[in-house]
Amino acid sequence: MTSVKIIPKKKDTTIKNTTEKKNTKTETKNTEQSNTIVLPGDILVESIDFLTGHGTYREGKKIYSKILGILRKKEHVISVIPLSGTYQPKPRDFIIGEVAYVGYSNWRVDFGHPNSATLPMSGVPEFIENGADLSKYYKRGDLLFAPIESVTKNMIIQISMKDKRARKLFGGKIINISPSKVPRVIGKEGTMIAQIKNKTGCIINVSQNGRIWIKGDNEPLATRTIKMVEKLSHKKGLTETISQYLDKEVKIMDTPKSKDMETQ
Amino acid sequence: MASNVPEKYKTLIKNNKRIDGRKLDELRPVKIEVGVVPSADGSAYIEIGNTKVLVAVHGPKEMFPRHMINEDRAVLNVRYAMLPFSTSERVRPGPSRRSNEISKVTRHALESVIFLEEFPAMGIDLTLDIIQADAGTRATAITAASVALAHAGIPMKGLVAATAIGKINDKLAVDLNGPEDNFGQTDMPIAMISTNKNITLLQMDGDFTKEEFKTSLEMAKKAIDPLFEAQKAALQKYYE
Amino acid sequence: MTLLYQNRQYIRNNIAQKREDRRTNEQFRDITIETGIIGRAEGSARVKIGDTEIIAGVKTEIGKPYPDSPSEGVIMVNSEFSALASPDFENGPPREDSIELSRVVDRGIRESKTVDVEKLCIEKGEKVWMVFVDITIVNHDGNLIDAAGIGAITALLTAQLPKINEDGTVEREEFEGNLPITQIPVPVTSGLINNTIITDMSKDETECSDAIFTVTTIENENYCAMQKAGPSELTEEQMLKIADIAQKESKKIRAAIKTAVKKHKV
Repeated sequence: MTSVKIIPKKKDTTIKNTTEKKNTKTETKNTEQSNTIVLPGDILVESIDFLTGHGTYREGKKIYSKILGILRKKEHVISVIPLSGTYQPKPRDFIIGEVAYVGYSNWRVDFGHPNSATLPMSGVPEFIENGADLSKYYKRGDLLFAPIESVTKNMIIQISMKDKRARKLFGGKIINISPSKVPRVIGKEGTMIAQIKNKTGCIINVSQNGRIWIKGDNEPLATRTIKMVEKLSHKKGLTETISQYLDKEVKIMDTPKSKDMETQ
Repeated sequence: MASNVPEKYKTLIKNNKRIDGRKLDELRPVKIEVGVVPSADGSAYIEIGNTKVLVAVHGPKEMFPRHMINEDRAVLNVRYAMLPFSTSERVRPGPSRRSNEISKVTRHALESVIFLEEFPAMGIDLTLDIIQADAGTRATAITAASVALAHAGIPMKGLVAATAIGKINDKLAVDLNGPEDNFGQTDMPIAMISTNKNITLLQMDGDFTKEEFKTSLEMAKKAIDPLFEAQKAALQKYYE
Repeated sequence: MTLLYQNRQYIRNNIAQKREDRRTNEQFRDITIETGIIGRAEGSARVKIGDTEIIAGVKTEIGKPYPDSPSEGVIMVNSEFSALASPDFENGPPREDSIELSRVVDRGIRESKTVDVEKLCIEKGEKVWMVFVDITIVNHDGNLIDAAGIGAITALLTAQLPKINEDGTVEREEFEGNLPITQIPVPVTSGLINNTIITDMSKDETECSDAIFTVTTIENENYCAMQKAGPSELTEEQMLKIADIAQKESKKIRAAIKTAVKKHKV
């Protein structure tokens, strides 16, 4: 009988190991760079001197993690940066959405969230007269890159095209990544995305909802690179790894006609 | 419990060893793998002995059916299904009374640890497909479900794991296998939260004295620890 | 999740020059076939085509034959779109697609006389073996028909018939011989996207295809089942071309199935 190969051989990672790791990390003051992975229910700290940040909750003295993520301590705030999860809209986030419906005085924009966003007539830079055909401005299927203006408690989401970075995206394509990986794709001060743009020569727009717009001849390479960043997001030295990967790939493309193209 | 027990299953315990060689308080071997369904928001595959389960989480997402929407919190939709080829006799596809009940108790077993109020009017879909059944399918599914939920980034108070305590040949034993479940006296699936060991699921059928019930709970509390460790190790390994 | 309009345009406009994953137009993704994955089933297989993954399991039961074929056993192929693979299951289930998938795979196996149903007769008019092939979709990234077809035949090839006790009951843990399999039908599905023929389409490619054509081929290169789907028409040349591709690709796939089965039986 051929056996299932679903389970790769597991190293005997006992939980003792990880708690030890955690302890040593908390002892050293500078935890900024630690990549300790925590899970829902893990005790992060037992002290009333700390405040609960994102992804944590308190019960008595103890602060627990409520999500799977990476532990962060900044001054007196304990938080967990998620490693996964769907996008939850916040004001000032830029999203990429598709115009799904053109109404009388607004547009409905889908951005991969259960509740679609509304772009009101007053949210565009141009002055539009009442009763004008709004599809002259944006029609069904158009892609918009726009900031969220407001999110109400019962999830009424409004976007605006008045921001100077907001725009309609022409051509190109969209790829989806996990929203929790967006900061990694952008990189520190935008270094990661800058090098992908430079080396592939593509125009790239990254939105907080995990949609990335890519346009340019090297789009497939840009796509592969971004997927690679997503996959390796929690690894150290990623910017360097990606830089080497891009250099290698760009070189291959510059050499005339690779083999597999000839066999075609 | 069955009246016509085959000869080979009459003695389920010999020299304090069970038919598969386990001690009374020993779990079957556990394997958990994370991220096995790429198109889902979270997923896990689990094997506990010969019981094999695939679990996927989709969401939080738009809630269907619409009339079930709760404006204050997310709704957890659980679908437990035994695949047709998971047992000796083929299981007819589609929901049954049994699968509906298990879906419900599983939902209750997990709901209390999820911060559902963070996702008003949305739905979280949890699919539990039993690929191979050898007793303890609901407990195994619950253990995998909380891994898949964590993988999906769903906020929770802690993880939930489940096992079963049973009575075979008048002795209490942990995590019954197929023959022990079929020919033993009592089966009690039980689910607990990792942080405080509070109980989120308990079902029992068979026969327990008060003392046995008390001892069972103590046994479960101890026996469940390796499951929590396996859950954590699987999730951490995925991100290594 | 449905495909964004812009991505649809992008795929359609670029398909003639390049596919998203750098494959040539007629090239399959990597196929892996595993056998013997479910101990409870009489035969089983896991098939992956790229990110598409299905599990097939064979179960047998003793039943009464149909009155018009009293000396023939029954074979049935059934596929379920598990909620596992599709986030939209409550969203009005894709029933049509699921049924079409079952029926296309079922016909490929039935019409090629893959299973010698007369050998499944236990007692004429009274008792026959009923063979069920159940397919579950674990992950959906297009071309489910080919994955399901490969899974179904592999599971059948590795399946054994349980022993029947003297009193007529089925002994589940003992077996007497294999299922009577005579053929290895292999479905190969291609589609038309913006006038380009594309084989083994991903989910995104399928969503922007105009027509889909499945051709099932048996070992002697004859065709045993076909199905045209999708809203647009196909020309005669296009159909013949797709049938050619099916002949060519099914050979490679059949060889892979045989290797997997051989490995299983060692």
